[in-house]
Amino acid sequence: MAEKERLRELNKLTYEHRRSILELAHERGKMHLGGDFSCAELMIALFQQVMRIDPQRPDWEDRDRFILSKGHGGGAMYLAMAQRGYFTREEIFATYRTGFETRFGMHPCKAACHELDSSSGSLGHGLPIAAGIALSGKMDHKDFRVFCMLGDGELQEGSNWEAALAAAQFKLGNLVAVVDRNMLSLDGPTEDLMPLEPLAGKFKAFNWNVILVEDGNDMQQVLDAFESLPPAESDVPTAVIAHTVKGKGVSFMENEARFHNNAVTEEQYQIALKEIEEAYQALSGRYEG
Amino acid sequence: MKLFDPTEKVHANSRPIWHEALAEIGAANPNVVALTADLSRSVCTENFRKSFPDRYFNVGISEQNMVGMAAGLAMNGKIPYCSSFAPFLTMRAIEQFRTDVCYMGLNVRLVAAYGGIAITGPTHSGLEDAGIIRGIANSTVVCPSDVTMMRKVFHASVDYDGPMYIRMGEGTNDAEIYGEDYEFKIGKAIVARPGKDATIISFGLVLRYAVEAAMRLEKEGVDVGVIDMHTLKPLDKQAILEAAAATGRIVTVEDHSVYNGLGSAVAETLADEGISCKLKRLGIPDVYPSYGLSPQLHKKYGYGTDGVIAAVKGLL
Repeated sequence: MAEKERLRELNKLTYEHRRSILELAHERGKMHLGGDFSCAELMIALFQQVMRIDPQRPDWEDRDRFILSKGHGGGAMYLAMAQRGYFTREEIFATYRTGFETRFGMHPCKAACHELDSSSGSLGHGLPIAAGIALSGKMDHKDFRVFCMLGDGELQEGSNWEAALAAAQFKLGNLVAVVDRNMLSLDGPTEDLMPLEPLAGKFKAFNWNVILVEDGNDMQQVLDAFESLPPAESDVPTAVIAHTVKGKGVSFMENEARFHNNAVTEEQYQIALKEIEEAYQALSGRYEG
Repeated sequence: MKLFDPTEKVHANSRPIWHEALAEIGAANPNVVALTADLSRSVCTENFRKSFPDRYFNVGISEQNMVGMAAGLAMNGKIPYCSSFAPFLTMRAIEQFRTDVCYMGLNVRLVAAYGGIAITGPTHSGLEDAGIIRGIANSTVVCPSDVTMMRKVFHASVDYDGPMYIRMGEGTNDAEIYGEDYEFKIGKAIVARPGKDATIISFGLVLRYAVEAAMRLEKEGVDVGVIDMHTLKPLDKQAILEAAAATGRIVTVEDHSVYNGLGSAVAETLADEGISCKLKRLGIPDVYPSYGLSPQLHKKYGYGTDGVIAAVKGLL
């Protein structure tokens, strides 16, 4: 159980994060709002609490690594990194996505933004890269972890399962796959398009350790999941499968596949802002009691 | 420079050289890591495996994962050599090489056996491989042209900055052509022999046909130069332009599709510079080669020694 005060802080940071995502979409046009909102708690927990990182030393060799395999969440990642101090919110807002030679493109580019651990965007690429980094860590007897955040839909890509085999074979206990299981991809429900269930069973069958998060939009549950990770020195990779809600926090976006990559109208923006604010107030009230 | 008659010193099996060379660079640099996808004996990583078991990873039959993992290893300072057959590396895993490796400029090397026509048939032959890689930004494409150059390519690759595709052949019946030591530099073509009537530019192990053709033509009184373009990218454009200026006639030879390979690169160079020069491109036509021994097929498709001679004469 995380300390109550820390939980309160993390909930506040998550609220600010969700709000920033909405404001960035309002300011600069399209964002992948559905998937950005679904993984907000995971993103904040990782960047603010779980990962051993230092924004002043993005090249620190002992840092935990973060690979955003669902690279279309780049905007949300930049904002979470800004909250942690890697760069300023203003830098992102000034050029995100459409700015000429921006460091903050729709899909992350390491050549443009050296603070990132990897470029990403094309789905099914993150887990093999993360496995390679984890393997190098084992070779060098380092104790860092590699966190790879995956969208659930991209688990339809076969390359993930090649990497899953390899991670077990090479005993990559320092590798953590974080699955944002929001049940929707661009064209609709994953279970209608190309079913993934039983997803936990699949990872288990590939000899992974599996941690299920019943509500991946509940910070306490997310923290509990990461606190139960085996040590980085262990031999078995872990999949944290977090059940989340696509578009979480905004009523007309929740569980709507069409809110994959969108701009918001002024009216939508005002409603969404209000709802995100109210949800946070309700959550704060709950913890006050 | 002294050249052997390519028909005299033929190595029945050149693969032991690849095995040795990879192990040698493993000994020279502790960051060298070898990956393969269930083809360790075929693609010559066995010596490395025996010498450096902690730096050797067989990923099973999963080329996409192999190249993705290599990107991750390279991010932490390792120098991964991924070995497989040419089409598997350059088609199955091409997006990983392009987006994970080249986009981030990582020091990953792909070592491809069966670049060119192979006894295994089109499924296992690199017909389009060099052209595919050539079109990817940040890539380098190197192909040794005789058995002495194989070792040199591996050694030169270790400290090279950026992603590299090392194109090997079948490992059978490769010629020893260079009769003296020479400087091998990635991106710098070798003028194997000068000539004033025409220039043959070759890419890879078909240098033997180019040199043999030049030797036979010499006996007929035709003075033909040979340029060994072992590096397809970055291309030594200066060497091409000098050959065009000196002889006005160029024949390109490659064990690769006539599309997108050396011939295309030479044509682009001449066109970009506005140089008028007679040019004949030899290589695999727009077909899937039939079965047969590779020298028979090189002859069938017109880029064996006889085909090269005929092409030169056609330009005179």
